[in-house]
Amino acid sequence: MIPAPVDYVEAESADAAIAALTQHGDEAKLLAGGHSLIPLMKFRLATPTVLVDIGRLGDLSYINDGGDHIAIGALTTHRALETSALLQADAPIMAHVASQVGDPSVRHRGTLGGSLAHGDPASDLPAALLASGGSVVAKGPNGERVIPASELFTGFLETALAADELMTEVRIPKATGAGWSYQKFNRRAQDWAIVGAAAVASGNGDGTRVALVNMGPTPMLSSAVGSALSGGASAADAAALAAEGTSPPEDLNGDAEYRSHLARVLVKRALDEAGS
Amino acid sequence: MTATESAPANVVGTPRLRKEDPKLLTGEGKYVDDIHVPGELWMGMVRSPHAHAKISSIETSAAAEMDGVHAVYTGAQLADMGLWIAPLPCAWPVTDDMVNPPHFPVATEAAHHVGDIVAVVLADSRYGAVDAAELVDVEYEVLPAVASIAEARDGSATAHHDLDSNKAFHWPLMPDPDALEAAFASATHVVKGEFVQQRLIPAAMEPRGVLAIPSPAGGDVTLYSATQVPHILKVMIAATTGLPEAKLRIIAPSVGGGFGAKLNVNPDELLAVTLANKLGRAVRWTESRSEAAFSTHQGRGQLQTIEIAADESGKIAGVRVHIDADMGAYMMLITPGVPLLGSFLYTGVYDVPAFGFTCDGYFTNLTPTDAYRGAGRPEASYAIERAMDMLAAKVGVGPDEIRRRNYLGGGGPFENLETASTLVFDSGNYGPSMDAALEMAGYADLRAEQQRRRDAGESKQMGIGLCTYVEICGLAPSRALGGLNYGAGGWEHAVVRFLPTGKVEVVTGSTPHGQGHETSWSMIVADKLGIDPDDVQVLHSDTAISPLGLDTYGSRSLAVGGVAVAMACDKVIEKAKLIAAHQMEANADDLEFAGGAFTVKGSPESTMPIQAIAFGAFTAHNLPDGMEPNLQEQVTFDPPNFAFPFGTHVAVVEVDEDTGDVSLMDYTAIDDCGTQINPLIVEGQVHGGIVQGVAQALWEEASYDADGNCKNPSFLDYLVPSAAEVPSMKLGSTTTPSTSNPLGVKGVGEAGTIGSAAAVINAVCDALSPYGVTDIAMPATPARVWKTIQQAKGGQS
Ligand SMILES: Cc1cc2nc3c(=O)[nH]c(=O)nc-3n(C[C@H](O)[C@H](O)[C@H](O)COP(=O)(O)OP(=O)(O)OC[C@H]3O[C@@H](n4cnc5c(N)ncnc54)[C@H](O)[C@@H]3O)c2cc1C
Repeated sequence: MIPAPVDYVEAESADAAIAALTQHGDEAKLLAGGHSLIPLMKFRLATPTVLVDIGRLGDLSYINDGGDHIAIGALTTHRALETSALLQADAPIMAHVASQVGDPSVRHRGTLGGSLAHGDPASDLPAALLASGGSVVAKGPNGERVIPASELFTGFLETALAADELMTEVRIPKATGAGWSYQKFNRRAQDWAIVGAAAVASGNGDGTRVALVNMGPTPMLSSAVGSALSGGASAADAAALAAEGTSPPEDLNGDAEYRSHLARVLVKRALDEAGS
Repeated sequence: MTATESAPANVVGTPRLRKEDPKLLTGEGKYVDDIHVPGELWMGMVRSPHAHAKISSIETSAAAEMDGVHAVYTGAQLADMGLWIAPLPCAWPVTDDMVNPPHFPVATEAAHHVGDIVAVVLADSRYGAVDAAELVDVEYEVLPAVASIAEARDGSATAHHDLDSNKAFHWPLMPDPDALEAAFASATHVVKGEFVQQRLIPAAMEPRGVLAIPSPAGGDVTLYSATQVPHILKVMIAATTGLPEAKLRIIAPSVGGGFGAKLNVNPDELLAVTLANKLGRAVRWTESRSEAAFSTHQGRGQLQTIEIAADESGKIAGVRVHIDADMGAYMMLITPGVPLLGSFLYTGVYDVPAFGFTCDGYFTNLTPTDAYRGAGRPEASYAIERAMDMLAAKVGVGPDEIRRRNYLGGGGPFENLETASTLVFDSGNYGPSMDAALEMAGYADLRAEQQRRRDAGESKQMGIGLCTYVEICGLAPSRALGGLNYGAGGWEHAVVRFLPTGKVEVVTGSTPHGQGHETSWSMIVADKLGIDPDDVQVLHSDTAISPLGLDTYGSRSLAVGGVAVAMACDKVIEKAKLIAAHQMEANADDLEFAGGAFTVKGSPESTMPIQAIAFGAFTAHNLPDGMEPNLQEQVTFDPPNFAFPFGTHVAVVEVDEDTGDVSLMDYTAIDDCGTQINPLIVEGQVHGGIVQGVAQALWEEASYDADGNCKNPSFLDYLVPSAAEVPSMKLGSTTTPSTSNPLGVKGVGEAGTIGSAAAVINAVCDALSPYGVTDIAMPATPARVWKTIQQAKGGQS
């Protein structure tokens, strides 16, 4: 398909991007890797009139040791996450989940910031962020603020980011040596998850966080599973609650009943693998 | 002389890299969309969003006023312009009373499927054309849509409001109804299978596209089209537009796959030619991926019922088949003929004493169907091979054993054997094919592992599926096609000419779009003439260069077109021999031709290379009296019979009972396509073919809602498999030469697809058989498999 006419602005810096957003308001959209936005535009499901390209902001592409957390620039590609030794050691679920996204060309173009800001419930990386208990840094005309993962995803393809805010950084608490698992169920290697489950057993007494993919309008934490586990339930008993509080979509890949069943199976597998 | 004179070793039968590949792999291939001319206009199609609707009004002024828009035409305006003298052609009116509603490039009164074109915009850019098309305001009166074969049969709504039924034709193949009746009346076992051949969206790597360029002087149009059939297209465009053939030149440049979907005469092709001719400007269009679900025909779309009657031991007494076939909204080039191509194969590789087949064709308000890799034969093979497994279960023998008990010719070699479906199979030898496949697959070990998993109650169960297929290809003997009411012959034309340099040019009427004709034809010619295959240039796909041809489909290229090339080589050698005899002052009967040179028998020093003779034929200084100069011959080959390739496939699947996931663990295929010219090309064709059939079994289906909207027209949810989904396959072959042509070759382009869907679904059913599951619909999605298991277990999750 062919997108509607659109203006294009290349941002020289994060501040210039924010200025452009402020100027154009809702009509503008940031363009990072373009692997979620451009398909929507081609189907004319998104029709921004201005694209603010932040794809070349190299200073927002990094993976640094931030002490108790790993700091990841929002423009870091999935491929860079996948191959980062730092992540593999201290936040391995992020590296692994990035390796499960799409196909190699998607992973070379798509960015972590884009994936999180898009807020697609079927995406993989939001679940990894939620299960890791991470946060994101948003920068707007009035400065920076930190948004915890649990408050980021507010509705279908909607996030807590304001229209004039740019996500600059993603922070993942170190989970060195902690158990983790990502269970992605799909029909072909390059597909989105029909259902996915991410689990991180944080070593610091926080218990195990379980996040679900494609089980409702947003990427979500499974509070039913989480509280059952903190209440001492076995993995099997906790996993049996995986569909509680969800509202799975129905499509060609499955109805709600099937997705609910998958959530239970995948959460069980994730908890077993994470050693919870 | 610049050609290599030393004779190469025989190349036929050896694996050789394809000569066309360096160009294609390095991006040097020129596809239609790569070709541009100054002043070209892009077409933007205004397509109906409704499956069935009357057009109340069309408001084009907003689009026409847009910058860069040259013109906007509605169907009614185009009809008034007199651009065509006949509707889009259906070349296969299968019965005399077949219903064939008129189908013009742009609808005038009513749209009959989502995507039916109702107006066309011409603009100076592709994006501009699409934007302008969005501005065309069409008011519709929505009519009830017929969105499935079941609804078509039911008939409460009709797909064409002016028809009182959706039935297009009834076609029977009933050689002996009484014998069939008797076979079923006295049978010990009767099994019945009801199968759905879902609609498939062909997904060639290159979408379809057209570019029509009028000659500056006017009156002539060159059409570049991503087509399999430039020759057929030329005839059909001439017939529908009234333009003289001499004014039309059709070129299929590099074409990136077709699979039958580029075997048609499409609205866009007619629009481009007629508008370019009318406006004196080049006109082009390339379908977008999502548009392709509406602008290019789809495959399959059948409901099948098959019954087998057998005696106590499982020996078949009769096979009875009925299918309801979904034509879609219109009859395209061979839409109604597709089920007929399969009709003769519902007896499979078996000795079936009594056979009967009927087919009803129905219109629906969906994208038209037509040929798709295998065209009718994968459907047939699926039905009989699924039903054979049902029979095996009923009789209580293994799937290998039930097949062996029924093979034609007792499972041994045969030639020219008449079957119950009235065809004469050229050659076959099915038992050894089964032996080789089971051996290569490690069948006994597989069964042991399956039992181990069952005994251990593991959640990942294993299934093993067999399929022995036969297919009918090498289309075809013209007479046989005539008998089926097909509107053309089945011959193919070839020219072989020596050039003064000693190199050889081959002109073929067979149009490659990924099959490797240049390589295979070069190998045939190299061996025949004793020259280097690199000294052979193969010219094709341009009606100005190869005026005679019937193109590529139905696995016919080698078995008809390649054979024509070989026969033309023989004629070249015959003539060269007369020249050699003349120049060597020898008797022609005393000359031997080998290794590219004529030698006087018994005196090896007296020899003359064929290139020297070719040069002599060119200078014509010293030719026998009355002989025409030059060394060039042509042949039009019309085979006496079809060719019937066969093979045995073994699929091994793992079914995860917790999720319903089916993964293909292993795949073995023993294929017999007669004599092989280039085993590497055979392997490539088999690989791709198998995956296309597996795709139908596990992933692909064009899904429609009740209003006739395609729910998955994009690659987001129309799941074409990638290399990651299929295991490395084990391939082998047996060689049973065809008796239908002097090379002994059969086709192999469709064979893989014809064998694989049944093998995979047989494997899935085999895995689930402990639950009493006997069938599962295609595609066997995880959700469907899981639900089937739940139902079989009695509903509890
Ligand atoms: C074929 C294909 C397969 C895919 N498969 C998967 C898959 O299996 N799993 C999966 O999770 N994803 C998948 N994706 C999506 C892919 O991961 C995307 O790259 C990712 O979701 C978006 O990242 P992007 O950089 O491309 O963002 P863009 O498409 O550029 O932007 C997406 C949205 O985020 C906004 N945005 C981008 N960056 C920022 C920022 N720094 N601050 C604020 N807003 C921002 C944009 O304005 C836009 O609204 C697939 C994509 C394709 C094309």
